[in-house]
Formats: sequence, structure tokens, C-alpha cells
Amino acid sequence: MAEQQSADADVARINEEISDAIAHEPSEQYLTFFIDNEEYGVDILSVQEIRGWEPATEIPNSPAYLKGVINLRGAIVPITDLRLRFGIEQFEYSPVTVVIVVKVKSGNSEKIMGIVVDAVSDVSNFSTADIHPAPELTFNKNTAFVKGLGSSEDKMVILLDINKLLTAPDDVDLSEVGRAKLG
Amino acid sequence: MAIILAVDDSASMRQMVSFTLKGAGHQVVEAADGQQALEKAKETQVDLVLSDVNMPVMDGLTLVKELRALPNYKFTPILMLTTESTGDKKMEGKQAGATGWLVKPFNPDQLLATIKKVLG
Amino acid sequence: MSIDLSQFHQVFFEESYEGLDVMESALLNLQPDNVDSETINEIFRAAHSIKGGSGTFGFNDVASFTHVVETLLDEIRSGSRQITLEIVDLFLKSVDCIRRMIQQHDAGEPCEIPEAAEIQQTFEAILSKGQASDTSEVDPSDALSESGESDSSASSGWKIYFKPELDVMRTGNDPLRMFRELESLGPLTVTADISQLPPINSIDPEACYLAWTLLLEADVDKSTVEEVFEWVVDESELTIEPLSSGDSADKVDSHDEQPDIAEQAPPEQQEQRVAPVSPASNSSPAVSPAASSKEPTKPSSVEPKDKSKVEVSSIRVGIDKVDDLINMVGELVITQSMLGELGLDFSMDSLPRLLEGIEQLSQNTRELQESVMRIRMLPISFTFSRFPRLVHDLSRSMGKKIELKMLGEQTELDKTVMERIGDPLVHLVRNSLDHGIETPEQRVKSGKPETGTITLNAFHQGGNIVIQIIDDGAGLNKTRILEKAKQNGLVADGDALADDQIHDLIFRPGFSTADQISDISGRGVGMDVVRRNINELNGSVEVESVEGEGSTFTIRLPLTLAILDGQLIRVGKHIYILPLISIVESIQSFQRMLHRVVGGCDLLRLRDEYVPIIRLSSIFNIKPDGNEMEDGLLVVVEGDNMKVAILIDDLEAQQQVVIKSLEENYKKVEGVSGATILGDGTVSLILDISGLIKLSGVQRYEYKTVSNGDDCAA
Repeated sequence: MAEQQSADADVARINEEISDAIAHEPSEQYLTFFIDNEEYGVDILSVQEIRGWEPATEIPNSPAYLKGVINLRGAIVPITDLRLRFGIEQFEYSPVTVVIVVKVKSGNSEKIMGIVVDAVSDVSNFSTADIHPAPELTFNKNTAFVKGLGSSEDKMVILLDINKLLTAPDDVDLSEVGRAKLG
Repeated sequence: MAIILAVDDSASMRQMVSFTLKGAGHQVVEAADGQQALEKAKETQVDLVLSDVNMPVMDGLTLVKELRALPNYKFTPILMLTTESTGDKKMEGKQAGATGWLVKPFNPDQLLATIKKVLG
Repeated sequence: MSIDLSQFHQVFFEESYEGLDVMESALLNLQPDNVDSETINEIFRAAHSIKGGSGTFGFNDVASFTHVVETLLDEIRSGSRQITLEIVDLFLKSVDCIRRMIQQHDAGEPCEIPEAAEIQQTFEAILSKGQASDTSEVDPSDALSESGESDSSASSGWKIYFKPELDVMRTGNDPLRMFRELESLGPLTVTADISQLPPINSIDPEACYLAWTLLLEADVDKSTVEEVFEWVVDESELTIEPLSSGDSADKVDSHDEQPDIAEQAPPEQQEQRVAPVSPASNSSPAVSPAASSKEPTKPSSVEPKDKSKVEVSSIRVGIDKVDDLINMVGELVITQSMLGELGLDFSMDSLPRLLEGIEQLSQNTRELQESVMRIRMLPISFTFSRFPRLVHDLSRSMGKKIELKMLGEQTELDKTVMERIGDPLVHLVRNSLDHGIETPEQRVKSGKPETGTITLNAFHQGGNIVIQIIDDGAGLNKTRILEKAKQNGLVADGDALADDQIHDLIFRPGFSTADQISDISGRGVGMDVVRRNINELNGSVEVESVEGEGSTFTIRLPLTLAILDGQLIRVGKHIYILPLISIVESIQSFQRMLHRVVGGCDLLRLRDEYVPIIRLSSIFNIKPDGNEMEDGLLVVVEGDNMKVAILIDDLEAQQQVVIKSLEENYKKVEGVSGATILGDGTVSLILDISGLIKLSGVQRYEYKTVSNGDDCAA
């Protein structure tokens, strides 16, 4: 219960930071989150909001990582479990499991999608100088989904290209993304 | 600025006239045929009437006669928007009591110039 | 001030399409031997508006083309020209032509209508022949010719003598205003001539007894001065002379004429002068009516535009519908404020009032929803209106005599549904013309009146609109249909089919009975496409026919695409929605009707046919309550021209659901047509029958009698 409350407070705080960030362009800010103890980041401008996990309606014959669709203020929004998308084993959802709602450009339209992550971490600044290309991955094409590695004093974050990642065909194997640092 | 009654069964013409007049600071009352125009004219005292000639229900000429029969519209300027620029059509309009005419097609500037003539 | 006229184009296009439709239907109703003047007026007005608008908005090709049409109409209107069948045909052609011009402008395409010039010339040829009233356009300035030569020589100034008619004020003209206008050109001296004023007791205060001499010192053209008096010149004395050095304000010619009191008679009601009617011209125009071998131009609705352009489509709504809506919103606001107050200080005592308020709210919501839906509803006459022309043209080209009856034209349906049902309807009507109605000779031979009848009928039934296309023609030929079906391998030899099953074969893909491909129906589009299009709208189409007596095609459609009458069904923990319209029946205990086939394709024996069973749990890979078929129940549905029985765990409620797109943020899902949000806020998927059939891989189980059908086409 207490855990739930502190998670809620975190979500509220980060949602506030998102609105702040969107109000103050240009962004070098990234929303960072954890999956399987690895820290990832997405451009804060593509983030619409963060919500707690709620059960989704399953889509028949869809890949396991697609948890289903939810009703987001009248729109039907698909939810992808990023852990499963990266080929990491299923994680028991807990009160701190959150859904990051992102706007994804697809062709000339914008789609709203949700990604499930283990936990949201922070909003961090990475200027262009702080971003290094990821080492060559074994599966070359996986590098396309990684913008680069953002490093700050205390950590290194895998910065994702969320547009490419979420519009990649179902059969593209993204299991290498999580190993972007290893090369 | 003036209150102007714009009468035309064509919505696009009505919109164009109305938009032009409003842009020049006038108030506009719209009607789609003579009958409607007559009712609106009775509701609101207007300073000028711009009317198409060929309209369903009540045509422009009948409208002019009806308006002239109303004490409040004895001397109100009424301009016919007409494509018939032949003499006898104009005569008919004048006979009915129209002040003058504006020949279609006209552009917004011509419309405003003509309006100025009657509003002084 | 410069105003961008393009903002009014869309409205102009729309009213032009409407005007053209009015012209077309009025022309089709014209009886050349008995011309109704109101009909002619109506046609004239529509052409006149299109001409006026196209001139104003710069579509000069339309304006000049419409001008000749209007001129001829004006002659007919004034009675100076007889209308003939050929002229009606020519007008109809010109309507098509104008429509296509407008469509091209509307789509922003370059205008290229090859036949426009030819039609225009035909009009001009007709106009130049025979006696015609003088409707040639006169340059506005010609009206001034009475005031002497309208030379545009400039001078250093002008001396103007102006004596208006007594009634000048009664036309709203005010000499003072004209003088002000002159003054804006340069210094002006005005001297009034009051010699004509009658004694004070006989003055008519509304008459104008004065005349004026005006000296205008301005270097302007004479025409500029004439323009000031443009509206009164015909009823006034007006002279405009160049200013000579001797002219000054104190030397004014006096004109002393007795006022002609007789002139003050009120203007008479002008009688339309009818010119003598010229004898009907038997010389037919250069265009032969509709006997061309070319395909008749499709009287199309507005073609869809290039998708890359942003399409703003608008709808005209009757003011009564808007007023309704405003009233509803008013009600809603009242309910809301009542509930709001209740919530400020709620105690259990107010529970009855709360329940009452909630009841009120749900009623408001329902009514509001219905009203909003009604905004998008238009009478089906918008679609029906194209048929008189179509039937007229086609029957002429096929040498058939056909009367078209239209019933229930005011029946309303959603604009989008209407737009999408147009083409299937055209196809069905063409089909009735082509294959249904016989030639006059054949009809007489079989003892029928030589004129066939096609009836279009529309009415509401439940939440649907039903549209029927009824003909009293030959009916469907069962023998030929069966032969054809056997040739195409749709039916096996020895299959015994009931009549309605045979009739239904015409909707099967690849089926066409046209012995020779005529230009009417042989468009590579079969009835299967018609049925598919209608199914896509969540509708259905079926045919009933009696050989020798005729056929009736019945289309059922939902009134709107935004809302669906749904049947909630459950499999395991999943709730799905089936469109109610697709459900034939549901069967609880079907063990005895079960026909298990080794190899997995189970069949349900339903009266005299076998229906393949689809297990929703296996095609969707979800866990049902139990694994035995007997645990569930079967819902028999129809889709994609066949019946299937879907095995589910339970039927839940029936309700209206609002259809939401899955593709907006996700993508198309096989077997699912959309999604909706249930009362508890969760998403539920709406099932797509034809998608389920594809997914399950069951083929259409060929009609087999129960006695010889033991294997399944799997």
C-alpha cells in the first residue's frame, strides 16, 4: 500500500516534469526508466503521460509482448511490454509497474501507444556532446533503434529511437537492444 | 456603419456579400428568398437592401414592391444584384421601386464602391 | 481591401451540385407538349445561380458555358421558343457537362471537357435560329446611350443639368447623395431650379419638384460623371457638357416646363409580355439524342478527391435540428447543475433525488446522442435523385420502356452510409434494367403491359433502413443460374437446392449470367462486389424472385456507421461484440444437430443445410470455459455470403455500442472490425464475420442435401 502511494507520488512528480519539459523546448531531456536493471531513455517530447498499469483487452493472435489495448480518454491505445519486446522474460507486474504513453510518428500520422516498463527513473539532460554512438551490435539492424548512449557523471543510459522501435514489424527481433552497451 | 439586408438564394453569393460587408464594418442580415427577406426587414429596420432578382418563393421584383409598400421602407435604398444588364430588366426593377443595380458578376471591391454610392 | 474568394468555393460547388440535381430532375419531369412554367422557372433559376456564382468566383469556363444554357432557358421561359425533346436532351447533356466542369474545379484539376465546346456550339446554333427575344447581354454602359454619346473625353470640368422625375425619392434615390459623390471628384457648385414647385397646399412631400445645374471642376472622364447618375438617367433629364470658360454659377439656363402630373401614377404591375410562339422547329439539332454507342456518362455523385488533399466535407443541417440540439444541451446543463448542487452537500436523505437526477441524465444523454446522430442524417432522395436520369438514358439506349417509381424518398440515413450505398444501388438498378425488364415486344408477348416498372422503395425498420429495388420483369431464371453455377464449379451435379439458395448464387464471386457483355452490366463488377460493399457497411442484401413476375432486391443497412447494435458474447474471460444484424439465431442444445466430421470440420445441421462450426477459442487462441463443444452454445451468423455457427461460452447483454477504430493507433486485426468502450470503461473488440471465416479456413460448405453430404469441403 505504502509502496503504491510512493509510486503514485513519483508518477505525479514526473508527469509534472514532463509538462515542464514540453513547455520549455528545445529538449535535450530524456525520460529514463528501467527494464531488467538496465536504464533506457526516450526523448521527453515524445512522452505524453505516465500511467499506472491497468489490465488491457487482449488482441487475438498478436505477439506476446502486445499486452492489448486500453481506453485512454476514448481512444483505443495499444500497450507494448518493452521487456517482452526485448526478449527478456516476463516480469510479475507490481504496483510500481507503469505505462509510458508516447506519441509515435508513423508515416504522416501520429499514433498514441503505451509501453510497459519496470519502473520510471528520472528526467535527465543529455546534450549532444553527452551522446555517443552505441558500439556495433551483432545484429546490425538493431542499432537503428538506439540513438546512442547518453552518459552523465553517474550512469550510462541507452537512448531509444521510440518512433522506429514501435513501428518496427512484429517479426523484427529486438533482443539485442538491451545489450547496446556491450557491442 | 449600416445595417444591410443581403438577399440571394445562392449561399455562396450570400456568404461572399456578407463577408465583404462585415469586413467593411457593416452589420449584415441574410435572407435566402424574398419572403424571408420581407420578414427580416419587418423585424429589423435595415439601411440598405441588396437583393438578387431570380429567387424561389418570392422574386426580387416582388420583394421591392412589397418593401416599398411598407412605410418604413419608402425611401430605403434597394439595389438589385442582376445579371440582366439589358435595359428592360433594369426598367422593371426601377418600375418596381428599386434604387439601382449592381451587375453580376461583381467582385468585393465593386460591391463596396456601389454601397458607398448609396450610403454616402 | 482584398478578399480571398476561394474561401467561398466549397459552398459554391455544393450548391451548384444541388442546383444541377434540381435541373436534372426537373428536366426529366418536363412534358414538352405541356410545359409547366414553374418547372421552367426552377430550371432557369438553378442555371442562373450557377452562372452568377461561377462568374463571381472566376470559373469563367463554367460561366460562359452556362450563359448559353441560360439564354435558351430564358427564351423558353418567356415563351418565345418551343421546347422539344431534343432540347431537353441537350439540356440534360449540358447538366452533365457543367457538373463535370465543377467537379474538376472542385478537385483542383485542369478543366478538359472535350464535348463542352461542341455542346456550346449546338446551343449557339439553336439560339441563332428561329426568333428569339432579345436577351443578348448589353454592356451596362449602353444603357447610357440615351444621354447622348457616351464619349469618354475628358475635360477640365463639366456642366451638368439634372432634372429627376417626380418619383425619384420613391426608388430610394437621393439627389443629394449623387451630388456628394460628384463632390468627391472635385469642387462642385450647385444651383437649384425651384420653378416647378407647386403651391404649398398641393405639394406632395415625397415628390421631387426640383432641378439642378451643377458645375463640376474636375478633370474626369464624362463616363465617370454619367456613372453617378447611372440609376436615374432613364427617368431624368440629364445633360452633361464640357465646362466652357463662360460657365459660372450665376448663369444657369432655366428650364421651365410644366410638371407632368400624370407621370406620378403609380407604376403598374408589369405584365410579362409574351412573344408569339414560333412554330415548333422540326429541324433537329446537330446532336443525336442519346443513341450514341458510347457508355452513358455515369451520373455520379461527387467523385472522391485525391486523398492527399485535405478534404473538408460539409453538411447542411435544417435549423430545426440545431434548435433541438440546443434545447437538449439546455436540459443537460440543468441536470448537471442539479446534480452538482446535490453533490456539494450530500446526505442519504437526498438519495431519491440523486437517483432521479441520474435517470434524468441518462435520458438527456440518450436524446442528445439521437439528436447528434440526426444532424448527420439526410433524406435518401439525395441518392435516389440520380435514378430518373439513369433510367431515362438507359431505357432509351436499350429500347425498353420503363417507368420508375420512387417511394419513401424522405427516409433519412447517415450521410456516410448514403455516400457508400450509391454505387451498389446504381449497380442493382442497372441490373434490373438490363436483366430484369424485358423488351416491349417480349412483355406484350407474355401478356404484360409493354412498359415495365422499377420501384425504389425506402423505409425504416427497427434501427435499420431498408431499401428495395423492385422490378416487374422476367425474374431470375433458375435453370440458367444453376447451369452457370455448375459450369463455374460453384455447385456440384446432383445437388438439390431450394429456390432461394439458387437465387442467392448470383451473389457468388465470379458469377455473371449476361450472355454477352453489354455496356451496362458487364463492367467486371458482379453482384458479389455489391454484396461485399453492403456487408462492409454492416448491412445485408438478398433477392426474392418469381420467374415471369419480377424480382425484389432488399438491402438492409444500419442508419449510421458510428453506432452498432451489438450482441455481447463471452468466451472464457473475454467479451466480444457481434453485430446484431448478422445474427440469424442462437442454439443452446445442439448435440442432435451436430455432424462431426473426422478431420476436424464440424458441421451443424440446420434444417436443410449444413453450417460449418467455428470455435472462436481456437481461432483466437484463447481459453474457453470448457473444452467440450457441449459446454458452449452456437450463434449462427451470416457473413460473406455464407452462414457459419460460432461456438462461444455465453451470450451477454445486447446494447448499442459506439464504434471506435483500432487502426487509428494500432493496425487492422484479422477477424476484428473495430472496438468499443463498455460501460465499465474497458475496451471490447467488435467481431468481423467475414474475417472470422477467413481465419478459420472453413470454406463455403457447398449446398448438399443432408442425405448425400457426409464429407466436408475442408
